[in-house]
Amino acid sequence: MISFQNLYLIYLLAAILFILAIRGLASPQSARKGNYLGMLGMTLAVLVTLLVLPSRNDLGILTALILAAVLGVSGAFQIKMTALPQMIALLNGAGGLSSLLVGFAQVLRQQAYALDATLGIVIGGVAFSGSIIAFLKLAGWYPFKRLPFANLISAALLLALAFFWIQFATSDAMGAVYLLSLMALLFGIALSLPVGGADMPIMISILNACSGFAAVGIGFSFSNVALIITGALVGASGTILAIGMTKAMNKNLISVLFSKQTESSSVADLQKTAHTASVEDAAFLMQNAGKVIIVPGYGMASAGAQYALKNMASLLEDKYHTVVKFAIHPVAGRMPGHMNVLLAEAKVDYDKVFGLDDINPDFETADVAYVIGANDITNPAAKTEPSSPLYGMPVLEVYKAKTVIFVKRSLATGYSGAANPLFFADNTLMLYGDAKKITEEIVADL
Amino acid sequence: MSLLFLITIFLLSCFIGYFVVQGVTPALHSPLMSVSNAISGIVVIGALTAAALAEEFNAEEIISLFGVFFAGLNIFGGFAVSERMLKLFKKRKNR
Repeated sequence: MISFQNLYLIYLLAAILFILAIRGLASPQSARKGNYLGMLGMTLAVLVTLLVLPSRNDLGILTALILAAVLGVSGAFQIKMTALPQMIALLNGAGGLSSLLVGFAQVLRQQAYALDATLGIVIGGVAFSGSIIAFLKLAGWYPFKRLPFANLISAALLLALAFFWIQFATSDAMGAVYLLSLMALLFGIALSLPVGGADMPIMISILNACSGFAAVGIGFSFSNVALIITGALVGASGTILAIGMTKAMNKNLISVLFSKQTESSSVADLQKTAHTASVEDAAFLMQNAGKVIIVPGYGMASAGAQYALKNMASLLEDKYHTVVKFAIHPVAGRMPGHMNVLLAEAKVDYDKVFGLDDINPDFETADVAYVIGANDITNPAAKTEPSSPLYGMPVLEVYKAKTVIFVKRSLATGYSGAANPLFFADNTLMLYGDAKKITEEIVADL
Repeated sequence: MSLLFLITIFLLSCFIGYFVVQGVTPALHSPLMSVSNAISGIVVIGALTAAALAEEFNAEEIISLFGVFFAGLNIFGGFAVSERMLKLFKKRKNR
């Protein structure tokens, strides 16, 4: 039989395997191996727990695990690639809910002095309800355009949370725990309801961090080092992603979560006319280009244009010996790294895909910048126009390219509501229409 | 274990997390989310422990079993989604 001491050594081993799993993501070559190390760590941790702690209800546990495996794996492999952000939100919600439930079980069993378990309940509850709202919004279900008095409601819920927590801490009254959980769930909803569009990847990262910190709370209540190390790892990951993206948007976390959306401030005298181009013009320009940089945004994802883009890139490379690169802004899409995954799905080689800092010096020597379904992340007003809501945000400097081709449905503003002066620049050509259809037409014309 | 010891572990782990995550290439930020998602399912250990400590067929046990299920969903779904995404990031020699 495994002793408790050995149990903890194996937990420590699992935690180390998790650290190595994330370490593996440092490069695409080692990433899959990392994922397998993570699976190994999890298998070890679960098996050793089952061996050491004989449960009176092995059948129940086995049923729960098998059901979870069947649902989880089949869901993960059946879901469409474009639905990945909501899938990740949903899974994150499941993790938060689990922390909430385990915290509850702890409180029920100990009755008193279960303060540390309330950490798991509160953070897990926020992660759960927030993730469900994020899931629904990503799946296209918008209950409200904007939650009225969102900040007021959030503040009131936070106060209520603190109140019930103090009540539980001082009286151990079970009723306070139920109300505490309810407040946590409502707070999660109030937090993520107003967040949408381009702020979504930040919200998802924060919720990801929450599910990690909830596991830390549960770890404290069981004095379990594996839970604390792993939860901290996940919490750090989500926090770093969120902070990195807020920086890439020139915002801070507080303003994403609690501020009203700035209404569109239009840059002065934008009523100039934009130059429009035909598909043939675009194809002609790219045939004769030495270097083309493709800039995808959420519009590429929603149109499913990545395969057409890959065909266009291959044609340009093979037939016209054009250098083709892809430029990805840190906040393009609806989850961190969204564009990279979609391009990888279309079999675009990852060493042709570049981030903001690596690609920006390249635009000067590019003949064509092909911007597809992106807007705010290319807006030069972020550099030049202090009145723009985007001012200060690092952008892809597509305007330095000889010609900029914008594939868009209309001249409408992006998520920020900021007008994009680039639409009206002399070296910009607008191609109106569906991102996928337009790109396919260009491919046919090349 | 003393609270102080657990807090020590927690803070040091945050630092490890910080440095490890800093090293992740931005191209893999989506898989980073799903891998970290999957490993946050480690809370399943807590659920299993709670289930073992509970009296048979009382509320704690039922709640714990649901905890096992949802943590399991997180684990299996998270690793499977990661595997599916990471499979796409292959080095292509021919192109």
